[in-house]
Amino acid sequence: MDISKLTPVSDYEWRIEPHGGMRVPGVIYASEALIRDMDDKVYEQVCNVAMLPGIVEASYAMPDAHWGYGFPIGGVAAFDPEQGGVVSAGGVGFDISCGVRTLHTGLTPQEVRQAKEHLANALFQHIPAGVGSTGHIRLDAVAMDDMLRGGARWAVEQGYGVAEDLERIEEHGCMADAMPDQVSEHAKRRQRDEMGTLGSGNHYLEVQRVTQIYDERIAAAFGIHLDDIKVSIHCGSRGLGHQIGTEFLKRMVVEAPSHGLTLPDRELACAPIRSPLGEAYLGAMRAAINCALANRQIITHLTRQVFADLFPHARLELLYDVSHNTCKVEEHPLAGRQRNLYIHRKGATRAFGPGHPALPETLREVGQPVLIGGTMGTASYILAGTEEGRAHAWSSACHGAGRRMSRRQATRTWRGRSVENELATRGILIRSPSRRGVAEEAPGAYKDVSEVVESSDHAGLARRVARLEPLVCVKG
Amino acid sequence: MADIGVRGFGSTLTEAFEQAALGMMAVITDPACIRAEQAVSIQCEEPDRELLLVDWLNALVYEMTTRNMLFGRFEVDIENSCLQATAWGEPIDIGRHRPAVEVKGATYTALEVTQLPDGGWRVQCVVDV
Repeated sequence: MDISKLTPVSDYEWRIEPHGGMRVPGVIYASEALIRDMDDKVYEQVCNVAMLPGIVEASYAMPDAHWGYGFPIGGVAAFDPEQGGVVSAGGVGFDISCGVRTLHTGLTPQEVRQAKEHLANALFQHIPAGVGSTGHIRLDAVAMDDMLRGGARWAVEQGYGVAEDLERIEEHGCMADAMPDQVSEHAKRRQRDEMGTLGSGNHYLEVQRVTQIYDERIAAAFGIHLDDIKVSIHCGSRGLGHQIGTEFLKRMVVEAPSHGLTLPDRELACAPIRSPLGEAYLGAMRAAINCALANRQIITHLTRQVFADLFPHARLELLYDVSHNTCKVEEHPLAGRQRNLYIHRKGATRAFGPGHPALPETLREVGQPVLIGGTMGTASYILAGTEEGRAHAWSSACHGAGRRMSRRQATRTWRGRSVENELATRGILIRSPSRRGVAEEAPGAYKDVSEVVESSDHAGLARRVARLEPLVCVKG
Repeated sequence: MADIGVRGFGSTLTEAFEQAALGMMAVITDPACIRAEQAVSIQCEEPDRELLLVDWLNALVYEMTTRNMLFGRFEVDIENSCLQATAWGEPIDIGRHRPAVEVKGATYTALEVTQLPDGGWRVQCVVDV
C-alpha cells in the first residue's frame, strides 16, 4: 500500500482522510512495515466501507487486513440504525462465526511426546475433517431449529460438554434473537450431515505447547503457564453458514436499489438494519452463529473423548471461544447517550477489556482472551482485550496471519509431502486427507503472525499474553 | 485470501459456463478422475448474466455438498434468463479424489461475463474455499 496516502497518527495508527463519498475517515492499525506490505485493495475497501449509510466514527482495519468481499478481511465497522445504518452480508463473510476455541489439558510435553503419533492418529480418526466427511450426528427438522436457537447451550443439553463451558463462550454460548425460520431449507439441508465436522482449507485442530509468557498476571488468570499443553480448534458454521452468506448476498445485491443504496462495490451488498431484509439477515446470521458455537462444542466433546482414551487424567477445560465473522449489537456511548450499534467484525476478533460486564467473573478483572491462530508451522498467540481498546475499533483485534500468497502459488512453491516432512523434523505431526491441501496451507504462504500480534499489542488493541507452538495439527 | 479465481472460455456462452464449472471442480480435485456415473439436473433463472454465473456455480456447490458427489462433466443450455444443465459425476471417494479444499460458495469478486472480440466468451468469478 502506498503509505503516502495515509496520515500517521502514531507508529501503529494511520488515518485515511475522508474524500469522495466517504462519510467517516478510514483508520488502519499496523506497523509501517505491515502497511507497506498490505495489498492496495485494502485501501480501496476501507474507503468503500466508509461510504455506507449510518457508519459511525470510522472504517477500521486490523494489522492483518487483506483483500476481502466488499469489506477487507480484518475490517471493523459500526452502524447506527437511527441514522439509516446498514447490515452487510459481505461484512460478515461466508463463514459466519468462524472462530477459535482453546482448551486446557493439564498434560505435560513429555506425556504428549510419548504418545504423539497415537494422539495424532486418534484425533484424525475420530474428528470428521475435510471434503466428503460426515458428522456423527444427524439432526431432524425440530432438532435443527433447536440447535439454531440454542447454540452451544443446546449442545450441552444434548450431552456435548458441560455447563461450565458456556460461560467461556461469547454470548454465553447462545446468540439471542436467532431466527431459524429465516434460514432456508437449502441451508439446513447443507448442514444435515455436517454437525461436528471440522471443514477444510485453513480450519484445523491443534495440540500446542505454551512456549512463551508475555504477561504473568494475565496468564495466571487465564490458567496459562510455560510448557502447558493446550488444544485449539478453528472452524465455523459449515455449510449452513456458507449457504446463508450466498443467499443473502444475492438478495441484498438485488434489493439494494429499492432501498436507495448505490453500492460502490457489488460485494458491499447490504440492507438497512431497519428493513425486513436487514432483520431477516440478522435473524439468519444469529442462527448461523449458534450453529458455529454448537459445532465447536461437539468437536470439543469428540476431542475430550480422544484424550480420555489416551490420557485418562487429562482435564480439557475451556479457556475461551472467540468468533471472528459476526455482526453484533453492542452498547456504546454516542453523543452523550448509550446507543446500540451494529458492529461488523469481518476477520476480526472481539476484544473486550477488563471490567466488561459480558465477561465471566473469573476473567472480568483481566479482560477477554483473544485467540489468534497462526499457521501449522509457526505459532499461535493468546492476547487479552484492553481498556484502551474501547476507543480503538470498538474493542476489536486481529484474527490471524492472513495469506501472503495465493493457493495456486503455494502449490507451485511447495509439495505437501515436503511440508509435512519438514514440519515432522521439527516435531510437528500433520494429519490431512490431502497433500495439496497441506501445500496450500504451508507456513510460508502466510504473513508473519508475530508481527501482526505485535502491532495489535502496540496499537493498544489487545495485549500479548502467551505464545503457543504446534505439536500435532489435524486439518481437513 | 481464502479463495481462488475460476475462469471459463468458450466459443459460446454455454461452453464458457461449462468450462467455469470445470474450473471450480479443479479447485477441489483433478476433474479427469471424476467418473460420469450419475446425472443431476440443475435449473436457475436470472436475467443478469453475471448473477446467473454465480447462481450456476452455487447450485453446483449445493448439489455437491448435499449429495456428497463430485462432478466432472457438464452440459449447459441458456435460453433468455433460464439456465438448464446436466452435471455428471460420482460419489466422493476420498482415497481416489483426494479433495484438497471445500468450496463454500461462488462470490461476486472479479465477476465478469464478457464477450470477446472474436465472438467467444470469457466468464469468471472468485470462489470462497
